[in-house]
Amino acid sequence: MSKVEATDTAAAAAAPVEKRNTPLRLAVYAVSGALLLALPLFSGDFYINLASQILIAAIFALSLNLLVGYGGLSSLGHASFLGLSAYFAAWFFTRGGMDHTSSALIALFGTTVVAGLFGLIALRASGLGFLMITLALSQVLWGVAFRWSSVTNGDNGLSGLTRPMPFGLDINGADSFYWFSLVIFAVSFVLMAVFTESAFGSALRGTRDQPRRMAALGFDVWLIRWITFVYAGFWGAVAGLLYVYYHKYIHPTSLSITASAEGLLAVIAGGSGTLGGPVVGAALVMILKNYASAYVERWNMLLGLVFLFIVIFMPEGLVPGTKRLWKRFTGGGK
Amino acid sequence: MTTPALEIIDLNKNFGGLPATQNVSISVQPGERRLIIGPNGAGKTTLFNQITGDFFPTSGTIKLFGKEVTRLRPHKRAHMGLARTYQIITLFNKDTLVHNITLGLLGLRTTRWNMLRPLATYGDMRTEAIRVLGLVNLDHLADRPVTDISYGEKRRVEIAMALAQKPKVLLLDEPLAGLSAGERTNVKDLVASIPREVTVVMIEHDMDTALELAETVTLLHYGKVIVDGPHDAVVADEKTREVYLGH
Ligand SMILES: Nc1ncnc2c1ncn2[C@@H]1O[C@H](COP(=O)(O)OP(=O)(O)OP(=O)(O)O)[C@@H](O)[C@H]1O
Ligand SMILES: [Mg+2]
Repeated sequence: MSKVEATDTAAAAAAPVEKRNTPLRLAVYAVSGALLLALPLFSGDFYINLASQILIAAIFALSLNLLVGYGGLSSLGHASFLGLSAYFAAWFFTRGGMDHTSSALIALFGTTVVAGLFGLIALRASGLGFLMITLALSQVLWGVAFRWSSVTNGDNGLSGLTRPMPFGLDINGADSFYWFSLVIFAVSFVLMAVFTESAFGSALRGTRDQPRRMAALGFDVWLIRWITFVYAGFWGAVAGLLYVYYHKYIHPTSLSITASAEGLLAVIAGGSGTLGGPVVGAALVMILKNYASAYVERWNMLLGLVFLFIVIFMPEGLVPGTKRLWKRFTGGGK
Repeated sequence: MTTPALEIIDLNKNFGGLPATQNVSISVQPGERRLIIGPNGAGKTTLFNQITGDFFPTSGTIKLFGKEVTRLRPHKRAHMGLARTYQIITLFNKDTLVHNITLGLLGLRTTRWNMLRPLATYGDMRTEAIRVLGLVNLDHLADRPVTDISYGEKRRVEIAMALAQKPKVLLLDEPLAGLSAGERTNVKDLVASIPREVTVVMIEHDMDTALELAETVTLLHYGKVIVDGPHDAVVADEKTREVYLGH
């Protein structure tokens, strides 16, 4: 006993467990922030537009990651919230005769309320049950978007939406829309990061790792999950707004299982339960989708192969996997 | 007569037709040290799971301090002063010891709903968590992850997490299981040092090791209470020998 304690004490003093906001981490944030800001100065419209789409996909993946990575709740229906918000914004603007502000607020609010209702239904289960219910609910929305043509314009989708002028700024150009998306992305990233690092976020991770113990400790596991579900739904709606402003068009495929699965793929490929992971994963998916599809006809197959490669060689995802390799090469790991 | 801290009345639990708890009635007074013994599969853990609300009974009543809790959800019982440990160690493995204990503190505080401030910045909770770790002589390992510590140390973290909640009723499910002789003495001393106002119900299936801690003993067998009463009477009872000490 005493021998064990002696060595442990020495090690305890030597090994502080994961310090937050180390200089390295802050430097990574600063450099990537500066690069992102300056991007339009040294690249053409094709890449700027790709970058905007990545930012939108990243907000979507980050919001899904709150459930998948931090809550341990794998959803295959998260595109519901992106799609619903996009449809709300487009419909109330083009058919409801509302201005941008009102239609955007309705989109955010309406989608969040629907997330609340979906959460009530889906969180009757966890694990595979939860996955199936989220999938089923999103399929219902997808079906409605397709069939209820009088409202949704069915397979033709809704067009005619223009981009808003936030604070009187014109965001019709590729550069200005990119900067607009970057600001929204930064706000989303920070607010989701604060959420996951908070006391509530710690409780959420606890419900992922030991739900029974958490309940026995006094945590309302169900309510913690529901709040997270609603919060994730809200950020999904934010991504949906940007999405519909970018494309000025919305089609039922945005509500499809493929759209949800792409988000899940981004989260898992990048590293679920980390903040950088979903961003990297979203970039990967969007780059493959936009860039590779020009050269490879079955880009979906390529995505599948890349994903397989990641799962085999970096099962924890690109961001944590790279960190692990980095530590090994620099001798930092034990 | 004082209100019992814990009262179980005619409790039954079936798992798909198989009875795991049968007509169990137990009353535990405030401050009592109760030992629950019985062979493997006697239904001891199942009884705990019903007291905490992990499973709801098929029939019967459970009361905490006179208030019926039979169908109350587990977290609400925790807020009434109920805490437990698990026979199978149930810790947050990737997290540090101090984080584990802090979750125990957080569960009963309104801070658990705070969505802005990081948990690690609550200095008061950290101080308290380290004090609690000190009770089980693990404060020197506070910042190590659970995966780094030994089995015996994990058992002590289990108990510390429950103690951190300053419970009124503490349920210990085989806290001595798998420990070496030296570690057993440690944990026994720890249990003996729990303040008198805490009601302690402890499961052990090896009678000898735990008997000295108990004032009253309940013997379960096939989900039924076979003998129930003061320590000496239960030990002396013929039925105890038959069921338990016989083999
Ligand atoms: N969740 C469950 N589903 C079905 N049967 C269960 C469940 N939990 C326990 N049982 C059964 O109930 C009976 C009592 O189990 P329990 O775990 O309560 O016994 P125990 O007295 O704690 O035994 P041990 O000393 O081995 O821990 C056993 O037959 C067990 O198989
Ligand atoms: Mg048991």
